[in-house]
Formats: sequence, structure tokens, C-alpha cells
Amino acid sequence: MSHLYKSVPVRSYEITPKETYLSRRDFIKAASLTAGAAMLTACAPSVADAVEEAGPVPTSDGTDELGDKVNSYEDITNYNNYYEFTVDKQAVAESARGFSTTPWTLEVGGLVTTPKIFGIEDLLKLFPQEERIYRLRCVEAWSMVIPWEGFSLASLLNMVTPTSDAKYVRFETVYRPDEMPGQKSPFYPWPYQEGLRLDEAMNDLTLLATGLYGEPNVPQNGAPIRLVVPWKYGFKSIKSIVKIELTAEEPETMWSTIASNEYGFYANVNPSVDHPRWSQASERRIGEFERRPTLPFNGYGEQVASLYEGMDLSLYY
Amino acid sequence: MKKFPYTPLQIAVHVYAWSVFVMLVFDFFMGNLSPNPIQDLEQRTGRHALTLLVLSLLCTPLNSIFKWSEPLKRRRALGLYSFMYATIHMIIFADLDFGLAWSLLIQEVAAKPRLIVGVIAFVLFIPLAVTSFDIWKVRLGKNWKRLHRLVYLIAPLVLLHYLWSKKGDILSLQGEVIKPLIYGLVIGIFLLIRIPPIRKALASFSSRVLALPFKKNQQPRVNTP
Repeated sequence: MSHLYKSVPVRSYEITPKETYLSRRDFIKAASLTAGAAMLTACAPSVADAVEEAGPVPTSDGTDELGDKVNSYEDITNYNNYYEFTVDKQAVAESARGFSTTPWTLEVGGLVTTPKIFGIEDLLKLFPQEERIYRLRCVEAWSMVIPWEGFSLASLLNMVTPTSDAKYVRFETVYRPDEMPGQKSPFYPWPYQEGLRLDEAMNDLTLLATGLYGEPNVPQNGAPIRLVVPWKYGFKSIKSIVKIELTAEEPETMWSTIASNEYGFYANVNPSVDHPRWSQASERRIGEFERRPTLPFNGYGEQVASLYEGMDLSLYY
Repeated sequence: MKKFPYTPLQIAVHVYAWSVFVMLVFDFFMGNLSPNPIQDLEQRTGRHALTLLVLSLLCTPLNSIFKWSEPLKRRRALGLYSFMYATIHMIIFADLDFGLAWSLLIQEVAAKPRLIVGVIAFVLFIPLAVTSFDIWKVRLGKNWKRLHRLVYLIAPLVLLHYLWSKKGDILSLQGEVIKPLIYGLVIGIFLLIRIPPIRKALASFSSRVLALPFKKNQQPRVNTP
């Protein structure tokens, strides 16, 4: 996927200009408004279909390994939890427009033999980008299937060589209150931080995502680089990372700082460990009408269950 | 010519209450709901039920403190609209969200304090809606007023339900707490100014301040809770 980012220019005819794309949506809405007066019920499905076509198409066959279809680009990029911008999931895309992701540096340090600072363009050159279709399960009991592009976190960590004292990995989001209005809110301990145990971080599933649907990440999805840990609740998959630090102690995470009784360090998707607010036994896949049962480890048990052997997961939630 | 039978306040109440319903239906058919439409409908109907309930709590103080009695006549409509949205909220939750899978529903409600509180508030709300008609007011006499004081319990319960639906911790003021805080403050004020000494102090203060400009329009006080 060498066409990501500025390193290789994207031919302009491949891109639908945003204005066209947006005005097309307005046109669809306006058209169905007129039509709607005549046949109110009939227009609902057609609008949804038309909007789904608007985004780019995934490069592979567009299903995850369980055979579930990926969500539309439209839904993935317009329904976001990104409190640095706004708590309104549908307003994040607008609020994040114009967020500057170049230049961008990622500092990798802490308990490593060769700490390094990477420019985003270095990362794209150093590591081959591959498509990974992952399920994302939000702690709020909704889920999506997303075709990410990126590279495994392990390959980055191996390059800096963690020392034998390193047991955990800490991640930090950029702190830029001028561009991220939500960071001016005094009700959150900014900047956002997250953490993984080193063996979780080294698991092959753990991805640093730089793109989505064959295109570079957009700001609302955590551009330019974000973590994706598909067997954990979405809030573990920290966005717009500027710092990765290897540590000996379990790092603090933002949500467990706010409410440690609700959000633990591990946050593995687990239908049998309940959350006080949302049902974790079932979920609603975006685009589907009925709830579906939530799978242990979000369906990735085969690859990750062994990481937690002998641990009481209701204690380490 | 016949006098126009509706007051501006009356029109405002009905237009406001229905506008949300119209917007919901419009957004539903236009595909404007969020990609998680059922949750969107749940949240919007719930928030509107709460807002209308808060507005219904404002009617009595407007009369007892500012001697403006018309809101008392609009209180029933506000309360019933609030109940209407609460009912839609419950139907969406049980039917659209959980597909009327009762065992799953009961299990879910029993496991979540925020849902228990919400259900209790709704159940307490039912007798108030049922007895909101004049015939019941007559039939119940003094007890009608007592019964309808349940709203002083329902409103805080609904607030708690709303607060617990948001991520964060209100005690440490961390997380998504602004909106619940505002609703809480407003409800708190509306309840506090009903306490007799506070009410009397405010009423005498407002009558002194408003004495001159409003003297001519002063209406007799209507005695209701």
C-alpha cells in the first residue's frame, strides 16, 4: 500500500473532491426531500443505499474472517468517539476538519536500548502497510467492521529493542487544545493515555493503523497514526499517538483514572463481565437492526486467550 | 369577531412539544439519524421527556413567586407530553432495542442501576398521567395533590438515570458531566424555591421589585401545588 500519504502522490482523478462529495449528499437529501413529500416511507432505504456508495471501496473482498461485511466508509468516518474534539459522535468529523497531521513525529522511548523519534513518513517507508479487517467493539455496546491499513506494533517495538525491565507499553495522544476544543474541558485529565502489557503489545493482532479503506487516516479516526487492539474495547485503541513509552510499571489510562470501577486496565471484550452502564452480553452492529451476542475477546480468542491464562478476568477487567 | 382562543404561551407549549416528534419522524425518514439510529431515538426521546418534566416544574414557582398564573394552566400539558415521550422512550427500549426479548430485558434492567432507576421513575409517572384529568382531581380531592407531589421524587430519579447514562464520575467532576450538572442545577433550584420560607422571601422580594410595572395586570393567585 505504498500510495499512502505524501511519499507517493495520489493521482488526482482517483479522489473525489470533498465539495463534490458533500454536495452530492446535499443533492441526495434535497432530492429525497422532494420525493419524500410524495412517498414518505419509500425514500428511507434509498437514501441509506446512496450514502453507502459515497465512500471508497475496500481493497479486499470486504468481509472479516467471520464473513461479516465491513461498515461503510460513511459510517466509519462519521460516528466517532473522540472526546478531544467533541463528545457528540456525529460532530467529531466536522470538528476535526483541518486538524493538521503533517509534520508529525512519534517518539518511542522509555526502557529501550535505542530510543528513536520517527517522522510519520519514515514509519510509512520503514514498515510495509497491510490491510487488516478488524471488528471494533465499543464499550457502549455498538460495533463495526473496519478495513484498517497499518503495520504491527511489534515490528516497531523490535526496532527499538525493549530492555529486559520493560513490562508495559504506554501510549499518549497529542495535546493541542487550540486545535482540539475538547481538550479545553477541565473535566478530563488530558492528554489521553493508554497502555498494554508488553506481551499484548507484541501480539501480531496489535496494529498501528495509518489508513482506512485504502486511504490515509482521517482526523476523526485518529490520523495520522493510531493503535488498534481488536480484542479490547474501543477506548484502548488510542488515537493520534505522539509518544510510546516502555515501562516497568502498569501505566495509568485515562478512563480508569476517571472511573476505575468501570474501566479497567485490561478492558478485554468479555460478555460475561458486565459494565454498570452498558450491556456487554450483546451489541448492535452499526447498520444492523437486531442485537447480536458479543463474542469473548471480540472473536479473537484463538489468538489472544492464552495471554490471560490463569487470570481471573472478572478481577482484571 | 370571535376572540382568538389560544394564548401565545399555550401555542408555544404545544408547538415546542410536537416539534421534537416532527423532527424525529423527519430525521427517521430522511436517514438523518445517527449510524446507531435506535440509540439516537432512545437518547432524544429520553432527553426531551426530561426537559418537558423540568419545564412542568417551573410552572408553580412562576405563579407563587412572580404571580404569573397562566403557566399553571399549561402544567398538565407539559407533564403529559413528558409522559408521552417517556412512553415512546420505553417502547423504543423494549421493542426496537431489545426486540421484546423479555428475559433478556429483565436480566439487563436488573443488572443496571441506571435502568432500575429509570423504570421506577416511569412506573411512578403512570398514576400521575392517569389522574391528570379533571374528573380525577375531583374524585381524589386532597389526595390528588399528595399524589402529584410524587413528581418531586420522579424528577431526581430521572436525573439520576440520565447522569448514570453518561460516561464519567459526577463526584470527582470527571467525564461527561456538564449536561447532567446543568439539568441537576435547574431541577435543584426549581425544587428549592418551593420550600415555604424560600418561596415567601422570593415572593415578597419579587412583588416589591415588580410592584410598579405590573400592578395593573396582577392576577389573583391560584392555589395549586
